[in-house]
Formats: sequence, C-alpha cells, structure tokens
Amino acid sequence: MRRPGRIMSLINVDGLSVRYGANTVLRHVDLAVEPGEIVTIVGPNGSGKTSLFRAIIGATEPAAGRISLRPGLRIGYVPQRLHIDPTLPITVERFMRLGDRARRQDCTTALDAAGVPDLSKRQMSQLSGGQFQRVLLARALIARPEILLLDEATQGLDQPGSAAFYRQIETVRAETGCAVLMISHELHVVMSASDRVICLNGHVCCEGTPAVVASAPEYRALFGTGTGGALALYRHDHDHDHDHDHGHDRMHSHEAAE
Amino acid sequence: MMLDDFMVRATLAGVGVAFAAAPLGCFVVWRRMAYFGDATAHAAMLGIAMSLAMEMSIFLGAVAVALTMAATVNLLAGRGYAMDTLLGVLAHSALAFGLVAVSFLSGIRIDLMAYLFGDILAVSRGDLLVIWGGAALVVALIASRWPALLTATLNEELAYSSGLDPRREQLILTLSLAITVAVAIKVVGVLLIAAMLIIPAAAARSLARTPEAMAVIAAAIGGASAVAGLRAAYAFDAPAGPSIVCVAALLFAILGLVSWCRRLGA
Repeated sequence: MRRPGRIMSLINVDGLSVRYGANTVLRHVDLAVEPGEIVTIVGPNGSGKTSLFRAIIGATEPAAGRISLRPGLRIGYVPQRLHIDPTLPITVERFMRLGDRARRQDCTTALDAAGVPDLSKRQMSQLSGGQFQRVLLARALIARPEILLLDEATQGLDQPGSAAFYRQIETVRAETGCAVLMISHELHVVMSASDRVICLNGHVCCEGTPAVVASAPEYRALFGTGTGGALALYRHDHDHDHDHDHGHDRMHSHEAAE
Repeated sequence: MMLDDFMVRATLAGVGVAFAAAPLGCFVVWRRMAYFGDATAHAAMLGIAMSLAMEMSIFLGAVAVALTMAATVNLLAGRGYAMDTLLGVLAHSALAFGLVAVSFLSGIRIDLMAYLFGDILAVSRGDLLVIWGGAALVVALIASRWPALLTATLNEELAYSSGLDPRREQLILTLSLAITVAVAIKVVGVLLIAAMLIIPAAAARSLARTPEAMAVIAAAIGGASAVAGLRAAYAFDAPAGPSIVCVAALLFAILGLVSWCRRLGA
C-alpha cells in the first residue's frame, strides 16, 4: 500500500525481493515511510524483517525490485545488538564521534535527547544493557536524522526498560519530527507507540493502524490471540480463556504503562 | 655515517616494523584475526620459495602469496569448515610446500633459518628502504581510513548505514597485513611475525581508554621491544628476532600483572 502524499516519501520500497542462495526470504514487498511517522514492522522469526532493513541500508542486494531513498536522506541506524570486543577500549564520547567528526556539543545534546546525559567519559564496556542501547540511540541522533531505523533495539532489555526506551523514541519524534521505522517483537509496545504497523512474513501480510492490524485475520494467524499480549491487552482481552496467559498479559500491561 | 653500523640499521628496521605492526595489530586483536595473521605470515614461506626460484624480490613474492592466501580463505569461508580449521589447513600447507620448494632450489645456498626467524643483523640499506617504505604505506593506509575501519570493526550494519562498505575496509586490512608480513620477514621471520602484530597491541590494552591511544601505546611497546630485544641479543649472543619477541612478551606479562593488581586493589 502506498500512501499518496504531498511530500516525497523518505523511503520507498517497491516490489522488493531478497534471496539468499535458493532461499527467498522476501517477496514483492512494497513499503513507504513518510516524514514524521512511526512505522513498526512485526513478524515471526525468519519473516525477513532484518533482511528488509539490510536491503534498505544497502547491506544486502535486492534480487528484484527497487529501494529509493529521498536524495540526501540522513538515516540514524540503531542496530539489533552491537558487540564491542572487550579488547577494544572506547569511551562513549569517542564512539559517538566516530562517524562524521561530530562536535562535542552535538554529542552532549544527543546524549541528553537519548536520556543518558552523564555517560560521555565512561567506557562502552562498562555500560548496562539499557545505557548501551540509549548510547546507540544517541549515536544515531547525532547526525540529526530524518529517519531512525531501529532493529529490535530493545532486545535484552527487561519490560520496564524497553517500555522506557520506546517512550524515549516517541519523545525524540515529538521533539525532532524525525520518522521512525522499527522492528519489534514487543507487540504490546508496538501497538501503543506506532502510527502504522506492517505485518511481515516473507511478504506484507497486512498493514494499517495498530487497531486494524490487531484485528486482521492474517495477523491473528501469525500471532494467535494469546501470545504476544497486544491483542489481549488492547482489544480482545475477553476473547481468550487461558488463565496463565491472562496473568502474563496483565503483567505486560502494568509494565508497559509505567 | 651512522647507517654503516649494523646495530643502527637493525634497530631502525625493528622500530619500522613495530610502527607498522602496532595499528594493524590492534585491528587484528579487535577483529579476532590473530590466526588469520599467523596464517598469512606462514604462507609467506611459499612466497619466499617462489621469489628465490624466479629470482625476483622477496617482498613482492611474499605480498603476492599473502594476498592469494587471503583471497582463498575468503572464497572457502562458510563452505563447511570452521574458519580456524580452514586457516590451519592453508597456513601449514603453504608453510610445508614452501619449505619443500626451497629444498628443491639446489642451485642456491639458502639459510632457511634466516627466513623462519629473521636476519635482522644483516639488514642492508636497501632493506631499510623497503621496510620503512612498506611501514609508511601501511600506517598511511590505516590512518587515512581510521574512522571507517573502526566503524566496520564495531558493526557491519552500522558501517553500511553510514555509507561505508565493510568489504572494502576488510580489503584494506588484508592488504596492510600482506605488506606488513612482507617487510617483517627480514626482521623476525615468518614464524614470529604474528607475535609482533598481536603482543604489543594486547599489552597496550590495559593502558588505553580509546582506540587511538591503544595504537600509539602499542607502537611504543613494539618500538621499545625492538630496541631492548636487540640490545639483549647483542649482550647475551642470542638470536635477534626471537629476542625482540621475548621482550614484547615480558612487557605483556608485566603490564598484565600490573593491571590485574590494580583491579584487585580497586
């Protein structure tokens, strides 16, 4: 689905297919991201979410289709996980200023915006999981991106940690107006924070506002009704009768709302 | 003239190799390429044999074989064998074939030990020119691509999203490695080149807070090892190349102990 817009889309993916050898991981994917919107990609493991991201940043050649980025588009990329070898000493500030000779002032501003103002002198290896992800976010913000790409950026964080992280993303969007395209497993967070959700499973299964996607049969076929929490939490709490799931979902609800 | 003294030439050669090996060695350590470095160096023996047979410069032969080695590894990687197995097979085969090939070159009298362990005391002015030229090239290559190399070392996707191609950065490191191996043969020999890459960089780790500092400290440790190793070799009538590596290893052990004690105290 492409939305007609007055402004040119930041990212336009048109009929994208990605193959690894004989294995087709993505077929005919269409996708567009407009300035300022938060779009979330959900999908089971192996559904091609990360391949889609790799294709967008140019790390994977498409087998078919095309990807057009708005000319001069500034992308801020937050990787899924970043392993820094313990033999590599690097301070937060040095890490932040690796890219395009960012000024110290920009570095401080970006750390503020990511919610970790006091870390600049620390070694990257000494950060907690949550601090580390926020520094990655700060690094992505330093070039004043027009779009943020987040690939499961909260993997390894606990529920309150990832809820807080996504709230930070919303704050960043509100303050800078940058668009956000993210992959997430955490459906309950996805549903509350996104303008639009794309459900991916090798192809685009369904797409739309969180409420529309949550009630789509394709989505339910992939995620069921009691697994992810999103359906149970936001729309269909009364639909299912697994008591243990109920308790689980309530916990999600509590923590996501913190 | 100062360069007439063989000790001065040897010291300059050792320091030159140490300077090239330091920043490259940091990347070897950070990217866990230690065995790759070792394999490239061992394969250089085959390059030496070819150079002797064809009467061409050993530098060129070693660079050519090192690059071929890297290309072969990249080609075979991910086809059923683990990387360390693959490197082990290629490195030792190349070393063995090189040794056998050298033994067939009956026309020439060859001091095999000089290639295996270096012959730094016999460094000529021409050798010095090659060593410092090669070292300068390696340092210039790495310095000019430093931020890109670091980004690619940290994370492949991060590099792509910054508009870099990690494969090109890998190529630059491979090329630097080949040149470093080729210039270091005369100084420490094919068996100990990897030591000059890894030991100073590893020793510098506990003293450094940034990647740049680690490279500079590694160069200082490598340089000091070359100077002190040569002095020790002269004083104790020991082989020069291995003595340099011994000093580097001692510095590694001392710095490691100091940082361990400091951590216990803290």
